[in-house]
Amino acid sequence: MTLLTEFGRYLLMLKGMFSKPENAKMYWKEFMHQCNDIGIGSLGIVVIISIFMGAVSTLQTAYQLVSPFIPLSTIAQIVRDTVILEFSPTLVCIVLAGVVGSKIASELGNMRVSEQIDALEIMGINTKTYLIMPKIIAALVVIPMLVVISAILGMWGGRLAGTLTGILSGAAFDKGLHQFFKPYNVFFALAKAYTFAFIISSIPAYFGYYVQGGALEIGKASTRSVVVSCVLVLFADYLLAALLL
Amino acid sequence: MIEVKDIKKGFGDKIVISDVSAVMETGKCNLIIGTSGSGKTVLMKCLVGLFEPDSGEIFYDGQSFSNMNDEQRKMLRQQIGMLFQGSALFDSKTVEQNVMFPLDMFTKDSYADKLKRVNEVLDRVNLKDANNKFPAEISGGMKKRVGIARAIVLNPKYLFCDEPNSGLDPQTSLLIDKLIKEITLEFNITTVINTHDMNSVMEIGDNIIYMYQGLKEWEGTNKEIIFSKNERLNSFIFASEFLQDAKDMRMLEMKGKIDNNRNMDDLLK
Repeated sequence: MTLLTEFGRYLLMLKGMFSKPENAKMYWKEFMHQCNDIGIGSLGIVVIISIFMGAVSTLQTAYQLVSPFIPLSTIAQIVRDTVILEFSPTLVCIVLAGVVGSKIASELGNMRVSEQIDALEIMGINTKTYLIMPKIIAALVVIPMLVVISAILGMWGGRLAGTLTGILSGAAFDKGLHQFFKPYNVFFALAKAYTFAFIISSIPAYFGYYVQGGALEIGKASTRSVVVSCVLVLFADYLLAALLL
Repeated sequence: MIEVKDIKKGFGDKIVISDVSAVMETGKCNLIIGTSGSGKTVLMKCLVGLFEPDSGEIFYDGQSFSNMNDEQRKMLRQQIGMLFQGSALFDSKTVEQNVMFPLDMFTKDSYADKLKRVNEVLDRVNLKDANNKFPAEISGGMKKRVGIARAIVLNPKYLFCDEPNSGLDPQTSLLIDKLIKEITLEFNITTVINTHDMNSVMEIGDNIIYMYQGLKEWEGTNKEIIFSKNERLNSFIFASEFLQDAKDMRMLEMKGKIDNNRNMDDLLK
């Protein structure tokens, strides 16, 4: 299948999601279930990555800033901007593409192969609306929250590493965090988070929903969905930086 | 009643079913039989709308399914129940939640009413004390029965069963067949069954359609099949020597040449 055909089918899948829900309560329940799966299910890994990411940023920035003319608080400023602008939205979303993306693709793939999607269709349920839409909306709601949590934890991890290793004091780090702060950077990080959330939920949903075959194909679809999502996240990262900064 | 008129369906260059016409009557078990690759699953998927036929028409009680829009099809599908080959139960839901799902989606009944209905149908398929089990925790036969319970929970007018006996032992197969037959009569449902199982053909085949290489090769009842002269059908149905002998015995019985209440112990002496 050509790239253009795949893209057309992806767009048709997205278009097919927009229909009147058969029972709003059931859709709400499914949405909340997905919020829990994507949000709470990924919180652990996001916390670990963010703390270490901030800690390593502090140590490596301090290692490179050797000039006595540069105040130590600059380390915190660099850590803050790196975490907000790049590490939290991009790194966390690439990890989530693996965690959430593979889960979505394999869940839908398994449902397709075991005829559960056919069973829903025969009941008169629009499976694209019921199965895909709640996942995408839940990702759009929860992933930006995870990115914000990640940014806070990243900075806290950086502060912790800085004070524990004696590179800079807590007061110096806090001063650096407030130095030349641009609220626009937070907007930029959130714009990235929403874009990446859409990519890492809709692409795996597409690969999972259209799986044909058996267990082997589910595995292949899952891997492919993660690879394509990661490439698209990086591509979108560049595009957004070029457009918005 | 479901009426199929000149249905044709292909994938790419390959024609899978060609000009199939049939009438599936209400209150009867209508069986579609045939070797693997004969087009029976594709025919069933065309009937329920999972595949769109290339040409031909399907009528549900006189209403053209082919000309219905999405909304009309959605409404009709609420009157359809389907039992899948692998049962297609939702892995993450318990037996009770699986059966309750169509009620949750399409009714505004209270939880107590829904639970009452779920227990009624589970009772009907002889499944008790399995409400809180997950599909992974129950046997193949139980999964089929949960599948039947889910298919009939909304009181459907049409019931489709795709290979209901696959992977089951002969005794459980017989129980499932009897259950489908009883439900068909009790609720006056138009039942369409796709099967390879010869016991099913002989036990519940009120109307049998034999498919061969995408064409309808033969149609008749389970009584007529015994006397059929169609060689392909005979070699498919009575494939083994044992089944051929059984067929000959049944023919003699039906012609009154041997007593069907005969005492086998006396004959074997």
